[in-house]
Amino acid sequence: MAELEPRSVGAVTPQKAGFLEPLILKGGKTLAAYELVYETYGTLNADRSNAVLVCHALSGGHHVAGFYAEDPRKVGWWDNMIGPGKAIDTERLFVIGVNNLGGCHGSTGPASIDRATGQPYGAGFPLVTCEDWVASQARLMDRLGIQTLAGVIGGSLGGMQALQWTISFPERIRHAFVIAAAPKLSTQNIAFNDVARQAIVSDPDFHGGNFYAHGKVPARGLKLARMLGHITYLSEDLLGEKFGRETKGEAYAFNYDVEFEIESYLRYQGDKFAQVFDANTYLIMTKALDYFDPAKEAGGDLAKALAPAKAGFFLASFSSDWRFPPARSRELVRALVAGKKRVTYAEIDAPHGHDAFLLDNAHYHKLVAAYVDNIAGEIGVGARSGPLVIGDTQLEEMKGYGGNT
Amino acid sequence: MSPSQQRYDFELISSWIPEGARVLDLGCGDGVLLAGLAATRNVKGYGVEIDPAGVLASLAHGVDVIQLDLETGLSAFGDNTFDFVILSQTLQAMKNTEKVLKEMLRVGREGIVTFPNFGYWKHRLDIAMGHMPVSKTLPYQWYDTPNIHLCTVKDFEDLCAKAGATILDERVITGGRQVNVLPNLFGDLAVFRFRGK
Repeated sequence: MAELEPRSVGAVTPQKAGFLEPLILKGGKTLAAYELVYETYGTLNADRSNAVLVCHALSGGHHVAGFYAEDPRKVGWWDNMIGPGKAIDTERLFVIGVNNLGGCHGSTGPASIDRATGQPYGAGFPLVTCEDWVASQARLMDRLGIQTLAGVIGGSLGGMQALQWTISFPERIRHAFVIAAAPKLSTQNIAFNDVARQAIVSDPDFHGGNFYAHGKVPARGLKLARMLGHITYLSEDLLGEKFGRETKGEAYAFNYDVEFEIESYLRYQGDKFAQVFDANTYLIMTKALDYFDPAKEAGGDLAKALAPAKAGFFLASFSSDWRFPPARSRELVRALVAGKKRVTYAEIDAPHGHDAFLLDNAHYHKLVAAYVDNIAGEIGVGARSGPLVIGDTQLEEMKGYGGNT
Repeated sequence: MSPSQQRYDFELISSWIPEGARVLDLGCGDGVLLAGLAATRNVKGYGVEIDPAGVLASLAHGVDVIQLDLETGLSAFGDNTFDFVILSQTLQAMKNTEKVLKEMLRVGREGIVTFPNFGYWKHRLDIAMGHMPVSKTLPYQWYDTPNIHLCTVKDFEDLCAKAGATILDERVITGGRQVNVLPNLFGDLAVFRFRGK
């Protein structure tokens, strides 16, 4: 909770940047104009060398750290990692969180008004890819006067963007933090994504993506998509430990009402998500995940795809993550080693599944902090002013802050 | 390997590594060997470590460290990608001793292995007195030792022959000094340098 967190970046205010230069997307379409909403924490130093960009995952946004003065409970989704004295130390680094194109937290997305029609884009919003996001993020860096990023950090889909940065803009990124990610989705990952999408598009309130005009929200489909996704973010052990086979009543009810605790939990999470998230954004984000495959254009050779990269890499995976298991990170390690890239890789023992990248874990945060300290030495921003501040987010949250995948 | 322990083998290993070499340090512990080599000889490469504390310490020493279990092989590394592959005081704790030796020959041009010499006279004396040896290089009791494949200088020579390794140099050290007389008897720590046939 923000009010209890002594080492928060404090109250933050989102900002917007408008871009009139058309962005040609990988899918062939063009976004004539767009806006990106972002937040910054810390101070950009005189030689503009201490900037770190945070890329979000499927459902995250630009609100990465701190809280909003008007609603102090709205704490950023990676607040345990980013702040004064924390692993990503805002006393020395200038940290930028941005909402991706196609998102629903303020950047141009399917619910935004298309200037060409005066109506929400809806189904007309073009599919965007990691490459497109990275290109748009680079333009935001131009706007902020940042030529070279000290680092780009992300977990899951965010990690994929960090990886893409090293390929798209090798001269503009010193270090990439690729956490709980994979060089491409597995068949099973894509399968899960498609079930989620089918849940959304088959909701009668979806109206082919143009539900805004009908004053409807495909909440049932979005809820199902989130319930499914949520299962994949958590480990089987953790679910079993937390909910077991516990039921509301002592005896079975022999009906289809909510009965097992896990049903209640998932439905609650699904409902909560469906109230705040945009169904079209969910579709767009899952497709961006599916399409990510940098090796594809290099004939399936990941090392070749990564050949342009000049960055140093910090890779981490989590033992119980079955969505992007350690073996997927090891594929990346192999390709980076083959290309003689600088790489550090840690396999972190954590019971929480994929969501572990968002949760408190002293060893994990110490690793990130040690890597950050090495970067700080490189860019000459000095040492940590005090001991590392490790977050104390409680596992009971287990909600992933909307940051997962 | 406890980081505080003085590592006489490091000095010798360092003297063998030329400027700018590409080095893979297997079981790199806290990474001080590679950090030293990077600082003094501009060496590039990776440390491999399984212990989380070692990974963190290596990272803190500025070493590019990869957390992997050596027992599962070195499939992350391509053939002949390193000038030197080092395995210092780790061999004796490995299950697949021969396999790791062969993997070293595959990924590196040369290999360097150091291990506590079980044939050291004090170790032999302990056995003669009816006990498992406990010494500076073998600081564990028999019931809590990670060392499962102890060997003597002669044993390792035999393994090299079997695994197809040509020994380029072998030294034994006791208390930091090189031993030239009856090394398998008076040597505490063995250091081998070899390459594939």
